[in-house]
Amino acid sequence: MDVMLSEVFWIGLIAAAIRLATPILLASLGEILAERAGILNIGIEGMLLIGAFGGFLASHGTGSPWIGVLGGMIAGMALALLFAYLTITLAADQIVCGIMANLLAFGVTGFGHRVIFGMTTVIPSAPPLADWHIPGLAAIPVLGPILFQQNPLVYLGLVLVVACWFMLFRTSWGLKLRAVGEHPLAADSVGVSVRQVRYAAVLACGGLAGIGGAFLSLSQLSMFVEEMSAGRGFIALAVVIFARWHPVGALGASILFGAAEALQFRLQAQAADIPFQFLAILPYVLTVIALVSIVGRSVQPAALTRPYHKEGH
Amino acid sequence: MVGKCSSAPPRVTLEDITKHFGPVVANDGVDFTLADAEIHALLGENGAGKTTLMNILYGLYRPDSGAIRVEGEIVQFDSPREAIAHGIGMVHQHFMLVPALTVLENVILGMRSKHEPLLDFGDFRRRVMDTARSYNLAVDVDARVSQLPVGVQQRVEILKALFRGARTLILDEPTAVLTPQEVDQFFDVLKGLREAGYSIVLITHKLHEVTALCDRVTVLRGGRVVGVERADNVTREQLARMMVGRDLPRSGERQEITPGAPVLEIEGIECLNARRLAALRGISLAVRRGEIVGIAGVDGNGQSELAEVIAGLRAPTAGQVRINGRDCTGATPRRCFDAGLGHIPQDRLGTGLVPELSVADNLVLQTHADSPFAQWGTLDRDAIAENAERQLEAFSIRAGSRDTATNTLSGGNQQKVILAREFSRHPDIMLAVQPTRGLDIAAAQFVHERLLAARAGNTGVLLISTELDEIMALSDRIAVIFEGRIVGVLDSATASRERVGLMMAGQDDDATARAAI
Ligand SMILES: Nc1ncnc2c1ncn2[C@@H]1O[C@H](COP(=O)(O)OP(=O)(O)OP(=O)(O)O)[C@@H](O)[C@H]1O
Ligand SMILES: [Mg+2]
Repeated sequence: MDVMLSEVFWIGLIAAAIRLATPILLASLGEILAERAGILNIGIEGMLLIGAFGGFLASHGTGSPWIGVLGGMIAGMALALLFAYLTITLAADQIVCGIMANLLAFGVTGFGHRVIFGMTTVIPSAPPLADWHIPGLAAIPVLGPILFQQNPLVYLGLVLVVACWFMLFRTSWGLKLRAVGEHPLAADSVGVSVRQVRYAAVLACGGLAGIGGAFLSLSQLSMFVEEMSAGRGFIALAVVIFARWHPVGALGASILFGAAEALQFRLQAQAADIPFQFLAILPYVLTVIALVSIVGRSVQPAALTRPYHKEGH
Repeated sequence: MVGKCSSAPPRVTLEDITKHFGPVVANDGVDFTLADAEIHALLGENGAGKTTLMNILYGLYRPDSGAIRVEGEIVQFDSPREAIAHGIGMVHQHFMLVPALTVLENVILGMRSKHEPLLDFGDFRRRVMDTARSYNLAVDVDARVSQLPVGVQQRVEILKALFRGARTLILDEPTAVLTPQEVDQFFDVLKGLREAGYSIVLITHKLHEVTALCDRVTVLRGGRVVGVERADNVTREQLARMMVGRDLPRSGERQEITPGAPVLEIEGIECLNARRLAALRGISLAVRRGEIVGIAGVDGNGQSELAEVIAGLRAPTAGQVRINGRDCTGATPRRCFDAGLGHIPQDRLGTGLVPELSVADNLVLQTHADSPFAQWGTLDRDAIAENAERQLEAFSIRAGSRDTATNTLSGGNQQKVILAREFSRHPDIMLAVQPTRGLDIAAAQFVHERLLAARAGNTGVLLISTELDEIMALSDRIAVIFEGRIVGVLDSATASRERVGLMMAGQDDDATARAAI
């Protein structure tokens, strides 16, 4: 067990934690935007998955992983658009529509993958998104491997934390978005279009989740596996609560979950005497602990899950 | 053009406005004009259509027919944004502030900033504070709205409208939530605005405000205009008759009643408020059968907390509450009700009603599980409907039907639903907190009669109100609350308004000394 004490082990673990946190982070940033606008999007799991599929498909088809990322984003947004239409325009129940979005994504990706690639023994692959070693910084001992030899989408995630924070708290868009999630009637009464803001927030959420999905299928192995989102969208929902709907909190919470996953992989490899199922549930156990410890103490947006009807028109 | 000044078009004209909500005609061919620099009162019973008419002018509702002119020009508002662009601002009966945001954020919400979409907080803060200062609207712009008392929230609403460049202000029952002192300050603000050329529509139920402050008054009844008068040309009696359509009966005589056994006993109650500061500092009080005890005081001196403790909504840190001799200290609201408590809460939409449920369901909130409304654990819909019809009739509640969602009722009618529910349970002790807030004069008188009838029927009544007139008119004994203490209990036969007023301000040394012993 002395490997666990070596520097290499820890650097590897932290770097992996950040990498594994990325799809959760992207999804939870999107979810924060949606929930702050009053829409609980539990379809985020499906949007991650469809993003993974769309990203893989676009990269496979065009040979460009960046077009793949774009494809993932568009796929996520397409599903988000359907979800937005149902929950905002038709004011349907957000939970039911979220479940529907998830089922739809499972079905479409599983079916689509088989139709397009058939049941071959050769697993199809697409050009992956290569890591970026930031010149100069990547060579710094300890910090270099942890922070500066990562996938470009990891950097994107970090930039988006700041961007989301800035958008929410320093721009008029963010102010409108927060107002719409707290008291839509009040926002409406000063001329803010509740519908527009909610559509924008849900589409942004789908786009971010789609990019997170593309990261799953285009980094490292670069292949699509059915149901490869593996509950990360649901974990993102927990991250949002844990983070108290704050982007910086989402960064911390995502890394915590990333670390749990990274640790789990490493322990599987090294502690052969523990059944792997026990280790594999680590992130999910953490979710439960996180939720139980925070419940009742964090305040969600007041109008979360409430459809907004305009009266008298 | 110079010579034409006198014939310039009025600031706002509403022509032949009609608006239906399903079967309800809220406005029926209403004409209304608002001149430059005038304060124009809009009067009418609960449900007469005042709020609806003004929501139409503010672009929240679209009229079924009719025209709106601003400065003589025909306009059509599809949303408040367009009304705001035409210089119209509105302060709603139920405030339109986002509690989780700061004052500054609320004021600038939806406005274009200099460097859109970047919010230039420094610049906004300076300009908002300038506006606040020039109209004497003292507020801390960085405070979170949820932490502000209602009087201050109202200033925020006015600031919000003025900052958006409103030249026409619509104020929907602005004084209903203010203390007498705040009302005076508020009227000074309005007079200042009129001098500066603003036009103001003031919706109110208080007739003395019309004669004291307004230039003209339009009276609505059942959605129609029944008269437009100059305010210095009419008496309050005439206005009341126009509103109600008949002479108001004189209020019932008070019967002499010898109070019976105590039904509510409070001893040494102490408790904390929502910010965990001491709100009640040792309150003792008893209400006997057949008497009305009034609690007078300026809003925010512990009245809300006292009511919550009695109703089982807030646990005291010390002391005891007994209802009908039963210990109800820190009990659940259910136990308090079962012990014989009736409660008309201060916050009708938050605590008093389930706004999304129908009127019929709201009328059986406590009793739905008991016979005759339920048998073997299933609701008896017929019994609930029949009860609803009876109460709608008895309390003349104007609702589309018994199945209407309660949040679409006019403010006064929502209050009547609560009254109907609580009185029909025939409680032994009625805790009435601001029972006439937002009610028209006929309805307010009706409530007063109900309270007196309850007293005559041997119910004890604890009346908590910031309306001194109401306290003086109804109470047998008056307890004055100041900073969480009862600073004196007066017999209403001998108490003078001045004495009570001084005590409310904490300036009656005699009484303060006595309470300190
Ligand atoms: N959104 C709505 N949906 C259905 N009915 C409505 C709606 N708004 C108002 N009404 C009905 O229209 C009528 C007029 O209501 P309005 O709120 O304009 O009365 P009001 O004069 O402001 O009364 P109050 O003094 O009690 O505030 C009432 O019968 C009310 O129930
Ligand atoms: Mg009204």
